[in-house]
Amino acid sequence: MSAEKTNLLYHSVCLEQDLCKGCTTCIRLCPTQAIRVQNGKAKIIRERCIDCGECVRRCPYHAKKVVSDGFDALSQYKYNIALVAPAFCGQFSKATDINVILTGLKKTGFDDVFEVARGAEVITQKTREILAEKKNDKPIISSACPAVVRLIAVRFPSLSENVIPLTSPMEVAAQMARKEAREKTGLSDSEIGTFFISPCPAKVTAVKQPLALQKSDVSGVISVKDVYIRLAHTLSGMTEVEKLSVAGRDGVRWARSGGEAEALGIKNYIAVDGIHNVIKILEELEDEKLKNIDYIEALACVSGCTGGPLNVENEFIANSRIRNITEDMENAQVKADEDISLFWDKKVDYQPFSPLDSDMGEAMRKMALLEEIYQRLPQLDCGSCGSPTCREFAEDIVRGKAQEKDCIFRLREKIEMLAKEITEISKMINE
Amino acid sequence: MAENSVKLHYNVDASDFTVAGQASGAVKKVLKQLGFSADVIRRVAVAMYECEINMVIHADGGEIDVEITPEKIRMIHKDRGPGIKDIEKAMQEGYSTADEKVRELGFGAGMGLPNMKRYTDEMNISTELEKGTVVDMTVLVK
Repeated sequence: MSAEKTNLLYHSVCLEQDLCKGCTTCIRLCPTQAIRVQNGKAKIIRERCIDCGECVRRCPYHAKKVVSDGFDALSQYKYNIALVAPAFCGQFSKATDINVILTGLKKTGFDDVFEVARGAEVITQKTREILAEKKNDKPIISSACPAVVRLIAVRFPSLSENVIPLTSPMEVAAQMARKEAREKTGLSDSEIGTFFISPCPAKVTAVKQPLALQKSDVSGVISVKDVYIRLAHTLSGMTEVEKLSVAGRDGVRWARSGGEAEALGIKNYIAVDGIHNVIKILEELEDEKLKNIDYIEALACVSGCTGGPLNVENEFIANSRIRNITEDMENAQVKADEDISLFWDKKVDYQPFSPLDSDMGEAMRKMALLEEIYQRLPQLDCGSCGSPTCREFAEDIVRGKAQEKDCIFRLREKIEMLAKEITEISKMINE
Repeated sequence: MAENSVKLHYNVDASDFTVAGQASGAVKKVLKQLGFSADVIRRVAVAMYECEINMVIHADGGEIDVEITPEKIRMIHKDRGPGIKDIEKAMQEGYSTADEKVRELGFGAGMGLPNMKRYTDEMNISTELEKGTVVDMTVLVK
């Protein structure tokens, strides 16, 4: 297996075996049909999972966990910087001023803080330039949401050329923060730690195993919920607020859905949020049904990054706060130094779901069998077999990963038939 | 090569825009599972969707038969609609007989048949007024 092939195999989303009751809620909600329930436990198909966190959000037993770094990771570095996404600022009712959050966060154990919104401003500016030079009528898809980029890699490889090959605001911010810290402290790069406070598992994966970068400039990822209580305590006792925020309106409004596209100042865009909605739009794009669209902002979470599954606050309340914060804000002067790299530096290995068979003739035979099996199934999509739908179940059978008797309705029919046969045989014996 | 083919059948409901596109969506999924190239899948999906929409707009729905082999994908759309009066005109870009209600929904731009022709390798239309239309399209796998 090549290095690229393992690309999609690292996952921040994992199953907590003991907590899983095998209830099948997750299998039906997974946007890439990446989960099956086998022997009473959910099983994530690694090649299909995009770490969007939909299952983390929806599991009634909290059996899906996200593996991220803890505060102890800070001890590896001499100087630690928290990379704060604008969406984080919507988490606290006290934060009518971003400086309050930044000051508080610094006190929780960081030497400095850096706003990811500043990275967003740089990306916005670069995207404007790319849009101005665009000559074809192909819509550009934002690459800001790592779950969406992975979704395209596994489900929509034909749209790969539409994805803007820019790195994320988080990566830009990490580079800028490192540079500032080196100049300020005289430390070497390896002595500086950059920690992203993440609202979602997709960002964890984007750092641990980037899809389109050789290496991430982010040292670690701490989840919002792990920071939340620490910060809430700090905020309650805090009296003085440092003036730390320098980001402007265009950067901060990336926090909520629509903000990234609004910042571009263009007319013909679509801003779609929620992974299932994103899929619908990408299907439309793939079928050439979208006309006169220049840009597609696509975010996996409903409401945008404020809707991330690792957040604590309700996303609509958070968005309201972000709107209030950005309302009177000015735009910042944006300037990224030449040595900050903005583009992807690794070719993305697009890995569509594998066909039924590598030999098309054989795939056809399996497809005919799949159809035949599907027609026999109850087509209720009840999920009792452990596959998301009857169709997926039929596919699992022809792929040799399930058996028809796993369908409770088919099993019942078979038992009835068997019972009849036994009755008939016993009649014959008695005659 | 009977064993090397997949046959699919769909019914298209009349005058329901919300379900139009279901058949082409399903075929697209099947083609992906069979491992056809993105280009072939796109051409089939676009041509079939256009035809499906036509069946909803102009004819009271109908039936679609799809036959897939490694060499080609053939789609036969049969409807029980009013038939096409002037095929030559219907093939012109921008020509449409769709009513105002349909146009308000964003359909009826007069690109349906021209697009089907553009995206497929073979297209035959047989139509009879008051009886219905059969659109037979084939996309070759090159």
